[in-house]
Amino acid sequence: MGKTGKSELLVAALQNGTVIDHIPSDKVFDVVNLLGLTSIDNPITIGSNLSSRKMGSKGIIKIADRYFSEEECSKLSVIAPNIVLNIIRDYEVIEKKMISMPDQVRGIVKCGNPKCITNHEPMQTVFDVVDKANGTLRCRYCNKDIHKGDIKLL
Amino acid sequence: MDQTGRSLISLEGLDREDILWLLGHAAEFEANPNSKILDGKIVATLFFEPSTRTRLSFETAVNRLGGRVIGFSDAATTSSSKGETLKDTIMMVSNYADLIIMRHYLEGAARYASEVSPVPIINAGDGANQHPSQTMLDLYSMLKTQGRLDDLNIYLVGDLKYGRTVHSMLTAMRFFNPTFHFISPDELKMPEEYKEYCRIHGIKFEEHSRFDEETIADADILYMTRVQRERFTDLMEYERVKDMFILKNDMLRSAKPNLKILHPLPRVNEIAQDVDDNPMAYYFQQAKNGLYVREALICNALNLLK
Ligand SMILES: [Zn+2]
Repeated sequence: MGKTGKSELLVAALQNGTVIDHIPSDKVFDVVNLLGLTSIDNPITIGSNLSSRKMGSKGIIKIADRYFSEEECSKLSVIAPNIVLNIIRDYEVIEKKMISMPDQVRGIVKCGNPKCITNHEPMQTVFDVVDKANGTLRCRYCNKDIHKGDIKLL
Repeated sequence: MDQTGRSLISLEGLDREDILWLLGHAAEFEANPNSKILDGKIVATLFFEPSTRTRLSFETAVNRLGGRVIGFSDAATTSSSKGETLKDTIMMVSNYADLIIMRHYLEGAARYASEVSPVPIINAGDGANQHPSQTMLDLYSMLKTQGRLDDLNIYLVGDLKYGRTVHSMLTAMRFFNPTFHFISPDELKMPEEYKEYCRIHGIKFEEHSRFDEETIADADILYMTRVQRERFTDLMEYERVKDMFILKNDMLRSAKPNLKILHPLPRVNEIAQDVDDNPMAYYFQQAKNGLYVREALICNALNLLK
């Protein structure tokens, strides 16, 4: 172990599990909710407002003995496309997972059109990702587009 | 055509052959509008938002083909006004009907209904979103009066910003090499996203701010829409432009002899009464064509066309 910055220490303290890094500070609890972390028993450490050279301020979530599927990871892309998941085994980062936009986003995002059926029926929202680079979603029901900055979670 | 579900929600999934095939069947129904092909079928017309014109057209189509109609013409009279979900209404009605034709004020309602319904759904309008039978009857009217859909000069006049029918016409005509001309007040111009759609699909278009004899001299189709006061943020602007997009008979002096004037109706004042007697006026026949087109769409949804 070379450098002993605060965030490296947090990573190093984990024997096995996942460290979710580069979370925008205001999205930390969105990540917690999206991954359903409030309903698991594994030890979790949440850090927020940590200083980051790249982002100014960031959040980190450490989850012991838990790894996430591609599908779970891709959910995160709608709120924070630059998140990195560090996969830790035996105190070592064995993989850094970047997340990518899925082709379709189901049941996570709210349609911004007040006249859309999804805002009036007890039903799941479905969006096609029409522009992965710019993070543009198109509601499968009303055909309206939502751009990255306007995405709201359900 | 998507044969897994016979629902018609939008025209998006139809290609050139599908469109011409359906219009060909509409022509057969025009030649022979009455039959017993729907004998024993029950069709529900669920109008969560009133639209007398569209409902009468669909119900006449069912009646002329020997089917029976159940349904409602206003959501205020149904249990959805008591808070029943759309899904529950659709599930209930699908117990009784072979086909559901629905109009709804919410966008995407018909698509959702088609996902939960065991019987096919025809979208008769969902908010500002889609109204595929209107577009099909517009296309049928063009085909019938021009003898072709290919290579037409189509002039769209009036409200091009909010006009649902003009937007879906762009989409449906992409297979037929049209040249569009957009004529509208500044506030109601064709939105950039639709112009971008035209560019992506190689659809030629020109924009005009003047609506006069000279501008429309090259038109095969003049498609008029309403310029509504409530669409304007600036009422001074409305007062300034409201009379500039009215078609008057003397503007047709230089028109091509094959020109036909279409309008989705109801008209307010955007076509002067003196145009009605001009043989180029086609909007009343256009509405009648809706019957034959809807006969074809209903039979297609029930898998009765060969
Ligand atoms: Zn929507």
